[in-house]
Amino acid sequence: MTGFTPTPARPAPANTVGFVGWARENLFATKLDSLLTVLAITLILYVIKVVFGWAVIDASFSGSDRTACLKDVQGACWPFIEAKFGQFIYGRYPDAERWRVDLVFAAGLIGLVPMLMPNVGHKRANMIFLLGFYPVFAFIMLTGGVLGLAAVDTTDWGGLLVTLVVAVTGIVASLPLGILLALGRRSDLPIVRALCIGFIEIFRGVPLITVLFMASVMLPLFLPDGVNFDKLVRCLIGVALFSSAYMAEVVRGGLQAIPKGQYEAAAALGLSYWKTTRLIILPQALKLVIPGIVNTFIGLFKDTTLVLIVGLFDLLGIVQLHFTDASWATPETHITGYVFAGAVFWLFCFAMSRYSIFMENHLSTDRNGS
Amino acid sequence: MSDPVIRINKMNKWFGNFHVLRDINLNVAAGEKIVICGPSGSGKSTLIRCINRLEAHQEGEIEVEGITLDGSLKNLEDIRSNVGMVFQQFNLFPHMTVLENCTLSPIWVQQKPKAEAEKLARELLARVRIPDQADKYPGQLSGGQQQRVAIARALCMNPRIMLFDEPTSALDPEMIKEVLDVMVELAEEGMTMLCVTHEMGFARQVADRVIFMDEGEIVEENAPEAFFSNPKNERTQLFLSQVL
Repeated sequence: MTGFTPTPARPAPANTVGFVGWARENLFATKLDSLLTVLAITLILYVIKVVFGWAVIDASFSGSDRTACLKDVQGACWPFIEAKFGQFIYGRYPDAERWRVDLVFAAGLIGLVPMLMPNVGHKRANMIFLLGFYPVFAFIMLTGGVLGLAAVDTTDWGGLLVTLVVAVTGIVASLPLGILLALGRRSDLPIVRALCIGFIEIFRGVPLITVLFMASVMLPLFLPDGVNFDKLVRCLIGVALFSSAYMAEVVRGGLQAIPKGQYEAAAALGLSYWKTTRLIILPQALKLVIPGIVNTFIGLFKDTTLVLIVGLFDLLGIVQLHFTDASWATPETHITGYVFAGAVFWLFCFAMSRYSIFMENHLSTDRNGS
Repeated sequence: MSDPVIRINKMNKWFGNFHVLRDINLNVAAGEKIVICGPSGSGKSTLIRCINRLEAHQEGEIEVEGITLDGSLKNLEDIRSNVGMVFQQFNLFPHMTVLENCTLSPIWVQQKPKAEAEKLARELLARVRIPDQADKYPGQLSGGQQQRVAIARALCMNPRIMLFDEPTSALDPEMIKEVLDVMVELAEEGMTMLCVTHEMGFARQVADRVIFMDEGEIVEENAPEAFFSNPKNERTQLFLSQVL
């Protein structure tokens, strides 16, 4: 009988572990890799230098008019943003009433943050707050005219306020509408199916600009004299219907991925159509299409800028509007304004994107995922 | 034979123009165990899927516990809550834990309180010998464990009849036994069972009757001993010579 003594483990070669190992494997594995790495690093450094130079080193940070931004080598003109910040956020909403908008933003945040955190309880109460109480609260606070609040016409709304009102309404309305349209499109009832297909194909086949024009210019022509409702409301409806058509197709993709066996198992357990849809099919289908849903949300958020063409001033619209202010006419005003608007949009869209990745991981029930 | 719990009379079914079940007559007594076998495409799965109307038949009658299967939703709900079904591909709900899979029907269809439904589910999971997997997701279990969850899920409705549609065909060989053991136990407790299966050992052990189907017809039915040792029909003999 021979005994067995395991060979003692030796450390891995130094150049295959740690940072050096990682760099060898990922950055300098072949000659071409090394060349690309060097080129990419050079490019990144160059871009950082240009951006940093423009946004910080050569930028102006204080001043009260255009004279602050007329240096020989002039970077960003941040005083312009500072001076117009109130306009960018609230539009022409009266100064004395802006606290109401702040309150609506704050209440939205308070409702939304715990809703987005899966581990915080009381989801039902939270949902009732967000979808039941909050819209009424926001409507009363923003429009006023009751409870001693001064009425503020929606034509005075602008900036980020309009962007958020249009985007949030569109997002909140498009998901349930889209789900219903997707279910309708797969329905066994031919008339329901035909109506849903018709709706989806018409709205998907038409540019959003056309929908907005129809809503703001054409619709009043068909309404009897004196009957007229707010232009912002008409845009909200247009945006919601438009995005629900896209959402419907995203959701349909998820519905089609659910195997027939899931329907059969639910039927064999005695579940009705609506219970099957709600408890079995939608939770799985929606989870599958989270990236597509968020994609639609992000697209919708950016499309809100199109309300400019019917005379509503969203964030981008109001930034552009202020380019015409003679007291801020400098060569850098435009680009500073666009960078600011772009950064705000990017922040919202990037947050949505990161949250969707987080949710996908959180909802995963695979062997490795949970 | 006592009053049949399932009565199928001159039942015919077509898929489009394809005549998949032809003049099926079958009575099943309470507590009877029936094994249905036959080559693929013979209509055996379709037959048991007609019993809880996952497939609708076009001619003839099917009566389950005195309730006639027709288009009526009320009848359908009554029948489905009395008939449990186990599928070849398990068809567990992957987004729910094992416990949630089992309590779904008791809570949402039979309106039982959650605590009671969970107690029942845990008892049945213990009975199929996986009491400690209740809080896992189906994707984390082996095939044999998943199929036993599917059996527990069906039993949670407290059904009087159980339908098995090739319950072991999708399993690795070493997992077949753990599922069959559960089914044998269930049979010994007096459950009325209809099983489409190719497990002839199981048929010999528990079946009261074995039915052989081909081309949408019942070719032969007999007690298992007689069926296996002395098949009357040539087609049955040929089939048995290939599977045994």
